[in-house]
Amino acid sequence: MTDISKEAMMPPRSFLSQDAIQVFYRLLAALLICAVLAVLSDSFLSLGNILNVLRQASLTFFIASGLTLVVLTAGLDLSVGANVALSACIAGTVIHKTGSPALGILTGLACGGIVGLLNGIMVTALRIPSFIATYGMLWVLNGLTYWYMAGETLHGFPAGFRQIGSGYLFGLPIPVYLLLVFLGIGTLFAQRTIWGQEIYAIGANPVAARLSGIPVARRLLLVYAVSGTMAGLASIIFLSRLNSAEADIGESLTLPAIAAVLIGGTSLFGGVGTVFGTFIGALILTLVLNGMNLLSVSANWQPLVTGIIVILAVWLDMKTRRRAQ
Amino acid sequence: MSDAFPIEVTSPTPLLELRGISKEFPGVKALDDVSFAVYPGEVHMLLGENGAGKSSLMKVLCGAYRADAGEFYHNGEKVAIASTADAQKLGIAVIFQEFSLVPYLDIAQNIFLGREPKGRIPGTIDRRRILADARRVLDTIGFDIDPSTTVDKLGVAQQQMVEIAKAISQNARILVMDEPTAALSDRETELLFALIARLKADGVSIVYISHRMAEVFALGDRITVLRDGRRIDGVRPADVTPDQLVRMMVGRNVDMTYPRNFADKPGELLLEVKGLSAPTGISDINIEVRRGEIVGLCGLVGSGRSEVARAIFGADPVTSGEIIFDGKAMSGEPDLAARRGIALIPESRKSEGLALLRSVSDNLVVSALRKLFPSGLFDQRAAQRTSDGLIRQLRIATPSARQTVGLLSGGNQQKVVIGKWLAAGSKLFIFDEPTRGIDIGAKSEIFALIDRLVAEGAAALMISSEQVEICHVCDRAYVMREGRIAGHLARNELTEENIVRLGMHHA
Repeated sequence: MTDISKEAMMPPRSFLSQDAIQVFYRLLAALLICAVLAVLSDSFLSLGNILNVLRQASLTFFIASGLTLVVLTAGLDLSVGANVALSACIAGTVIHKTGSPALGILTGLACGGIVGLLNGIMVTALRIPSFIATYGMLWVLNGLTYWYMAGETLHGFPAGFRQIGSGYLFGLPIPVYLLLVFLGIGTLFAQRTIWGQEIYAIGANPVAARLSGIPVARRLLLVYAVSGTMAGLASIIFLSRLNSAEADIGESLTLPAIAAVLIGGTSLFGGVGTVFGTFIGALILTLVLNGMNLLSVSANWQPLVTGIIVILAVWLDMKTRRRAQ
Repeated sequence: MSDAFPIEVTSPTPLLELRGISKEFPGVKALDDVSFAVYPGEVHMLLGENGAGKSSLMKVLCGAYRADAGEFYHNGEKVAIASTADAQKLGIAVIFQEFSLVPYLDIAQNIFLGREPKGRIPGTIDRRRILADARRVLDTIGFDIDPSTTVDKLGVAQQQMVEIAKAISQNARILVMDEPTAALSDRETELLFALIARLKADGVSIVYISHRMAEVFALGDRITVLRDGRRIDGVRPADVTPDQLVRMMVGRNVDMTYPRNFADKPGELLLEVKGLSAPTGISDINIEVRRGEIVGLCGLVGSGRSEVARAIFGADPVTSGEIIFDGKAMSGEPDLAARRGIALIPESRKSEGLALLRSVSDNLVVSALRKLFPSGLFDQRAAQRTSDGLIRQLRIATPSARQTVGLLSGGNQQKVVIGKWLAAGSKLFIFDEPTRGIDIGAKSEIFALIDRLVAEGAAALMISSEQVEICHVCDRAYVMREGRIAGHLARNELTEENIVRLGMHHA
């Protein structure tokens, strides 16, 4: 009797890492949503719909994957949506002016990356809290984009370029391939490189990380630059898929990306979470919206449902983690 | 028993008397049967080394800690001090070293915080009355300042005056002051002493914690010396010499022994610090550490020991001076120092040494990532193998390398912090209070480990407030006082008395 109670008092011995457990629960949740939707709607399981869900999820994922790294360091990048808009408009202009999609893609990625780097400089060299630095950046980028576009819309890009967002390869949309590639790269980077390990360490305790000899400022610069570059990538896919660019295309992107990160189990306090979790977060978010469309629930309800899912997911995370402590 | 002062006093009954107070924390007896009496209108000096129990006694007095055993008497009547409200009712107020003022409120609002006179409209403050009341309180302590000045515009000395005014406004009859002159200039100190004389004349009693011999003799009516949580003696300044006080504070407990194999001859010079000054308050620091040596860095808390450690490690900027490590000059961030082979084991393991939510393995390899994985590719299994080796070598008690490090005991957490630098292959280990909050068994294990490290050619710079430990373990030691090196003690001069004598303020 006493032995048993003593054992119960012992700290839990974790055979599966907390991260693995969280990803597992999320996969279950995603499958559950799929099962429910498959029962409720005939068209859910159609190939067309599933590919549509994956393509939608990929757009959120590109932005959210870079953002995941930022959130892992206990930071936040609120400028990703505005960054997508500016990068898309600049890339679109370059393609129009030069006729070269390759040059346009490079400019879009570079624009995104530079914006991210500027965020990183504000956070490290100027020590402005990331929330405020990137919030300010959001307005600056919006201002630049509106001034640059002056109400115009860029429209009509070469057919080859449009393939990136709308084309298919062996029956799968090209963005889905890109999704798999970047999911792989992101997971490898976070879990299998020493930079990834250092990013987790910084998020878990920035003071201890610095005093453990981690070059904290350089890693933060990298993380914000990656987040910006991923926004640049997303801008290319948007540009190609929409076949047009306007100043306001980024306005509805940032909050869903943050939602995907949070639903995916990455803690805003840093040090906890995975890129794969964010992928499932983006998937869950898209599935729910897709399901509501299929069931003809008014689109007006979507923000409310998203909000409830975010709160539920984070609350459940905190509960399970507290139990693990 | 309780009357430790057979000599006549101004009033026969103490204003406040503590009898047989004990307070225990896991692993430490902070206060052990301490009796202590404060008479009306006296300045009672409280003396003791770091960790002697002064702070604990102060916290028991003001109700922040609840004593495990013991009795309180107020004017001869038995009372209870179970909360800060109880203490306040008895007229006890504490002026901590860290002030508890709200910087963006003005002086009057700070004095009457939570007790503001209400205005006619509910929820408002009667502005005119609060200013007038504040003016009156400030006048009683002779502080001539506009009470509508915001506190963030005040200097340290003025903020202290506001704290005192706040205490007086709460009808404090016993004022406990924790090293009140620590941050004051000579002129400000004079003003404070004048105020203390004035308060005394009004019958206010003052319990004064000090590390400065001069003020102990200039101000004190009586002196109580604490050591290891016990009351050693109560004396009058006229009856003792500073040397006698130092001996009382230090005691002669030499029962603790730590393993140490002293080298016959120290090795080559590893660290040379020349004329180092930093904005954190250290100036003209000169230190040498050779391979095979454990060099102590002692002095009182706040004398700049940790600041020296942080400056050497690159954690704080420096204004002038040189740090030469392994023959090459060094300046830069901690990542550079770590790469060159310097390790810092910080004072606060939980907030500065570990990522508490991460695993033992994650914490053990964090400083060695580049060394273990030169390709940049991280391998969880290889990291765990390295960690398993360190866990065995350091005998870290953990169910597995995957255990969350925050769940380990203090001693085992400290071993993890040391282990991460072993993994990194560091050459110079800077320990800041390596045994704080660690039980005796783990302490000697950690000292055995440090001894082994230096025997294998590394070197250690060890900060400790435990002078016994410094004396037993170190080859030699530097003693700091007010941001400077006050002296150097060779092995044969290394005694607790010498450390305390050099570290105290005699001026």
